[in-house]
Amino acid sequence: MATTEIAVHGAERDAQRQPVVNDFSIQVATVNGSGSQSANTVLLRTIFQMGVPVSGKNMFPSNIAGLPTWYTIRASKKGYIARKKEIDFVVAMNPETAKEDVLSLAPGAVALYDEPLKLNELRSDLTFYPVPFDKITAANCPESKLRKLVKNMVYVGVVAQLLNLDMTEVEKALHKQFAKKVKAAELNWNAAKAGYDYAASSLTKADPFSVERMDKTAGMIIIDGNAAAAMGSMFAGVTVVTWYPITPSSSLVETLIDYMKEYRVGADGKATFAIVQAEDELAAIGMVLGAGWAGARSMTATAGPGISLMSEFAGLGYYVEIPGVIWDIQRVGPSTGLPTRTAQGDIEFVAKLSHGDTCHPMLIPCSVSECFSMATDAFDLAEQLQTPVFVMSDLDLGMNNWMSEPFQYPEKPQNRGKVLTAEDLERLGGFARYKDVDGDAIGYRTLPGTDHPGAAWFARGSGHNEKSQYSERPDDYANNMDRLARKFDTARALVPKPEIVRNDGNQVGIIAYGTSHHAVVETLEQLGAEYAVKADYLRLRAYPFTTEVHEFIAAHPRVYIVDQNRDGQMLQLLKLDIKIEDIIRLRSVRHYNGLPIDARSITDDIMTQEGK
Amino acid sequence: MATTATSPPPKTNRIGLQVLDYRGGKTTLCAGCGHNAISERIIDAFYEMGIAPERVIKMSGIGCSSKSPAYFMSRSHSFNSVHGRMPSVATGAVLANSKIIALGVSGDGDTASIGIGQFVHLMRRNLPIIYIIEDNGVYGLTKGQFSATADLGSKLKTGVINDLPPIDTCALAIMLGATFVGRSFSGDKKQLHTILKAALAHRGTVLLDVISPCTTFNDHEGSTKSYKFVKDHEEPLHDLNFVPHFNEIDIEYDEGSSINVTMHDGSSLRLRKLEHDYDPTNKVGAIKRVMESHEAEEVLTGVLYLNTTAPNFIDMINMTDQTLATLPETVTRPSREVLEECMEALR
Repeated sequence: MATTEIAVHGAERDAQRQPVVNDFSIQVATVNGSGSQSANTVLLRTIFQMGVPVSGKNMFPSNIAGLPTWYTIRASKKGYIARKKEIDFVVAMNPETAKEDVLSLAPGAVALYDEPLKLNELRSDLTFYPVPFDKITAANCPESKLRKLVKNMVYVGVVAQLLNLDMTEVEKALHKQFAKKVKAAELNWNAAKAGYDYAASSLTKADPFSVERMDKTAGMIIIDGNAAAAMGSMFAGVTVVTWYPITPSSSLVETLIDYMKEYRVGADGKATFAIVQAEDELAAIGMVLGAGWAGARSMTATAGPGISLMSEFAGLGYYVEIPGVIWDIQRVGPSTGLPTRTAQGDIEFVAKLSHGDTCHPMLIPCSVSECFSMATDAFDLAEQLQTPVFVMSDLDLGMNNWMSEPFQYPEKPQNRGKVLTAEDLERLGGFARYKDVDGDAIGYRTLPGTDHPGAAWFARGSGHNEKSQYSERPDDYANNMDRLARKFDTARALVPKPEIVRNDGNQVGIIAYGTSHHAVVETLEQLGAEYAVKADYLRLRAYPFTTEVHEFIAAHPRVYIVDQNRDGQMLQLLKLDIKIEDIIRLRSVRHYNGLPIDARSITDDIMTQEGK
Repeated sequence: MATTATSPPPKTNRIGLQVLDYRGGKTTLCAGCGHNAISERIIDAFYEMGIAPERVIKMSGIGCSSKSPAYFMSRSHSFNSVHGRMPSVATGAVLANSKIIALGVSGDGDTASIGIGQFVHLMRRNLPIIYIIEDNGVYGLTKGQFSATADLGSKLKTGVINDLPPIDTCALAIMLGATFVGRSFSGDKKQLHTILKAALAHRGTVLLDVISPCTTFNDHEGSTKSYKFVKDHEEPLHDLNFVPHFNEIDIEYDEGSSINVTMHDGSSLRLRKLEHDYDPTNKVGAIKRVMESHEAEEVLTGVLYLNTTAPNFIDMINMTDQTLATLPETVTRPSREVLEECMEALR
């Protein structure tokens, strides 16, 4: 039997399957640096504009051009936006990976491929669509050197035709993507149309997948977590930003620079902020602390290796009690590791960052919306608690596009914490920097430049008394340590509370945080629908843990902690915090291969541990 | 008519403060330490320039030198940070409040070894700060190991000879973009005092390398940072005369034998040439002369380099004149309309 017949045979079988509308994932395999990101964004936006919930995940190499990259678009009528483990529709543009891309598909999936790759010879249980991309591109793009970039837009047209996407929405998305680049928009639009026409005239629809208009995305936005964090930081009132470029955090500050230049320059043309690209992360965190000590809302953004370099200063910030906000966009591994892959690998490290008994509040956003709102929470908490606050995002959240409800304007006034002015000092007659006046273990501070002879205090490490004078007295040291421990208890009551979903389950609880959330909500449905397991769910939003966390664990015999790291880092922190008799309730679900976590893996792992 | 004997009113500066108002805690450094003399000169300079101590921040890293801010100007905020990383903390503070006067005190280990990374980048930015290196060529607090400014062939008390070339922090600073670079000696009271006052009139990075002998670990025969060696080998480039902006400035001077520089605050620094061909505004010439001094075993002192026209970091980043730290929320939080505009662009 000839290979073409196999394909036709498969196609006939697929055509008999039930139609699958608005519930599938497309994976586009290309070479990085080839302009595929624009094409993929146009596809994503087109589905979004048609009102269908959608998510996009970029799995790219640590490289500028020439290595394989995959982009996964998931359409989900139910609104699930986690990575879907199964791929339904592959667009195989990269000769280097095409064979493996196709061999790894489940039976019944679709492979749209560059015709010369002859992928249809590999299997008989898929639907194949061969497309002569080079011929179509050449015919529609006279300038040969631009063909490489335009070629990817041809698949957008082909996919649009096969999945029943509205070409007016493709055109709209394409113009948004290319904004003011008129020539590029025109070239790409021609390529997309050519792809569409080719599919209409030369391909026969033989798969069950299609998109139909819905109304689930009206008014929503698409943004990546780093841009959301940048915007949030601007609205939080940041004034000093320091950074050292590191994947995957660089785009946070780069986007922030753009926003600040647009919206935070006064009528006199002067900036109401300072942004400094530091020489390294040692300097970036030092500047944050210097600025925080002097009263500014200061922040930096980094990833694991930068966090390592910041550890000594993090301890100093804890002991001098200086506000500052550090965004950790977590990635895989130390040093080179996998800098373009995602993980929740810094949780345990950051919680205790530095030597000599330190602990730091962490805020953990799960969505772009929380990246926005937690930027304000972080500054308010940092200034209120007078301590560095870490915001634990990750590459999946930070660098991928997510749809979201529009962000809410921060309604609460900024909480600038306990700062004494010259007038206050005149009234009080003096102050002791580290005295616990209010019973919350947070002292009062003055800012440098305060015009009062009694304003000054001497900032130094842990060896000081209440008046911030150097002291080696054992009681001074122990008292200060005890007060700092009480301050962390104050933090416990101030950090964002967890979100709890109760499904009347009284046996199984799930605790997750950050981007695992999107997979877990899907897991909850899978557990119910496939195994009749009603699991309750608690999403952590911060460290230290609030009382709700302890109560949740105590209320469930088996609690699964979902971590995107090998060692169950959040599980370890929980063990340190809960009652000893509750530790046996904790079980661990761990994911650490660099890819965003998916629901199916969590469901399978939990059910295996449940013995089913 | 009867007269009553009254004690004369205490001497005050132009803002009504006594020199006592510029004092700090009692020093815990060794007797005879050069750092104590530098603290005294700092007190005198700030007092005489009439600078309110509340406007000053004292920044330091770790080491004997970095402890010294506790021993002067207790009415100023102070930050004893981590080893070698005072520059970044100072940078953040100056950005947060560009109206404060930053005084950094560091040592040769804190600057030229562990802190060389932050040091060179601070110099590049020309941030307004006075950065003093209290330079004794050894680590004091860890009991006498060589630092990176120790001269070739210099000998430790234990007899160990230094066989690595020294880092010349002044040459580095000139090359990298500092706009006021001087070298002095803790024992040269008049010169150091004058340079410090001139430094306070400058808006940009001032780097002062002050040779400050360590009486405990590096003041012996064979050391090139001992009191005796520096006294014997000091080679001043010029006689300095500083007239602060609030005093009447005598405009007459001999152009052939003197250079007159108008400082940023309107003060005047006059350098009477001892070396006739030395031009402190010539970067290349300055570095050349500094390098030559090593070959001649001279301790070349004075204002090595001065540039009053280069923009400082605050100018470069086009920052508001208001203090960032205390900007009101109405300025730092954009309006609801801005958020709506941002949202619309993402739909």
